[in-house]
Amino acid sequence: MKKIGKQTVKFDTPPTIVDCSSIVGPKESQGPLAKYFDKTLEDEFWGEKTWEKAESKIIKENINLLITKSGIATNEIDCVFAGDLLNQCISSSFGLRDENIPFFGVFGACSTFVESLSLGAIAVEGFANNVLCATSSHFCSAEKQFRFPLELGNQRPPTSQWTVTGSGAAILSKNGTGPYITHITPGKIVDMGIKDANNMGAAMAPAFCDTLITHFLDTGRNPSYYDAIISGDLGHIGKEIAIDITKSKGYNIKSNYNDCGVLIFDKNSQDTHSGGSGCACCGSVFSGYFFRQLKQKKLKKILLIATGALMNSTSSQQGESIPGIAHAISIEI
Amino acid sequence: MNPIETPKTYQDYVDKKSPNSPIIKNCFNAFWVGGLICSIGQIILNICKERGFDTQISGTIVSILLIGISAFLTGLNLFNKIGKFAGAGSLIPITGFANSIVSPAMEYKSEGYVMGVGGKMFTVAGPVLVFGISTSIIVGIVYLIFNTQSITLV
Repeated sequence: MKKIGKQTVKFDTPPTIVDCSSIVGPKESQGPLAKYFDKTLEDEFWGEKTWEKAESKIIKENINLLITKSGIATNEIDCVFAGDLLNQCISSSFGLRDENIPFFGVFGACSTFVESLSLGAIAVEGFANNVLCATSSHFCSAEKQFRFPLELGNQRPPTSQWTVTGSGAAILSKNGTGPYITHITPGKIVDMGIKDANNMGAAMAPAFCDTLITHFLDTGRNPSYYDAIISGDLGHIGKEIAIDITKSKGYNIKSNYNDCGVLIFDKNSQDTHSGGSGCACCGSVFSGYFFRQLKQKKLKKILLIATGALMNSTSSQQGESIPGIAHAISIEI
Repeated sequence: MNPIETPKTYQDYVDKKSPNSPIIKNCFNAFWVGGLICSIGQIILNICKERGFDTQISGTIVSILLIGISAFLTGLNLFNKIGKFAGAGSLIPITGFANSIVSPAMEYKSEGYVMGVGGKMFTVAGPVLVFGISTSIIVGIVYLIFNTQSITLV
């Protein structure tokens, strides 16, 4: 692997994404992408007593599902990169504590899935034969940690987003026939001073544009090179902002750009306001939908850019602005 | 046009781009639901008075019933739906106060009865209590200074 341009890494022997799997919650199962997910849940608890336990179970079961699906045995997996939104990433560590796989906990807020894939790809290019990357989020546990109790009778502003309940996971391997991760562009932290925790799309869109444009400059590619450019969870408002910003910088992405948070829910019938968010938004939509499209060769080259808001509830209360981050991976068959 | 030239221009641009809450609709719903809750309170008050309770006890009965009903609806996962529809209409009356105490109690039950339910019960209502009580103390002091005559009468 070698560094090209300012911050992009190009792989000499690109790792293959062997397989992906996804589990989503009840609301996601009623959304437009329902049929693409491997497993859909009927209730948020899934037989557990707490939402945190339920989230751990989701990531654990998803990993087990992926291991079964891929045919790669647990002891052949050299390490796992996983993370989530709960304090100190407990969903991932609790979900993985019985797996006996070397574990790297990753935090990149909602950008965790692509951050894990990036680190996983580097590991595969280095020492590992097979690497597992996973992430999860849960609407109820996220609301509890970041906002208000669920039963509180308040109103959500139109800019707010709905945390996706679910998990996405992928296995990367040295040997395989694609789809390949050819490039990664790790993002810089970009903070344009947005303080409204109910407008994450606006807080993260500048970071998305920064990483996207850096990727184009580093690789010499342009938007039309890709069949699809996909952001993680900018939502409806963030998506429009991203299109505007990139346009002002001389790139037109309107025709082949979409956002996982826009795709996963039907805005009008599901009352999700600006769209989906959370680690599992990008994770499950890529694992469920886009990976299938790549496998079926309906899409050949995609640029997946997961976006994250690097804040917590204390920083919001102290009036800090929200730093955004976005990591990009280029996946080609 | 470059929206991300400075944080200031970006904030202005974002404000323009972000849809506002439907204020007229929200106000209308808050108005009639809030009015309805208060009317229910008034009906209970009148019934109590007719049954021979004095005004003060009747008022207490109204509070107990409205708090009980909204706590019960919170437990049934219904109050949040009313609150989503009516906003301040269901939040400002005593019903909202009950909801703001019951909902964290339910949410944090998983952390145990002492540190969970007990410790987190007032996370939402706490500020209302602190500033409500503080304000009543200030009002009391003002009353004491400017209305000494009524104090001596008592």
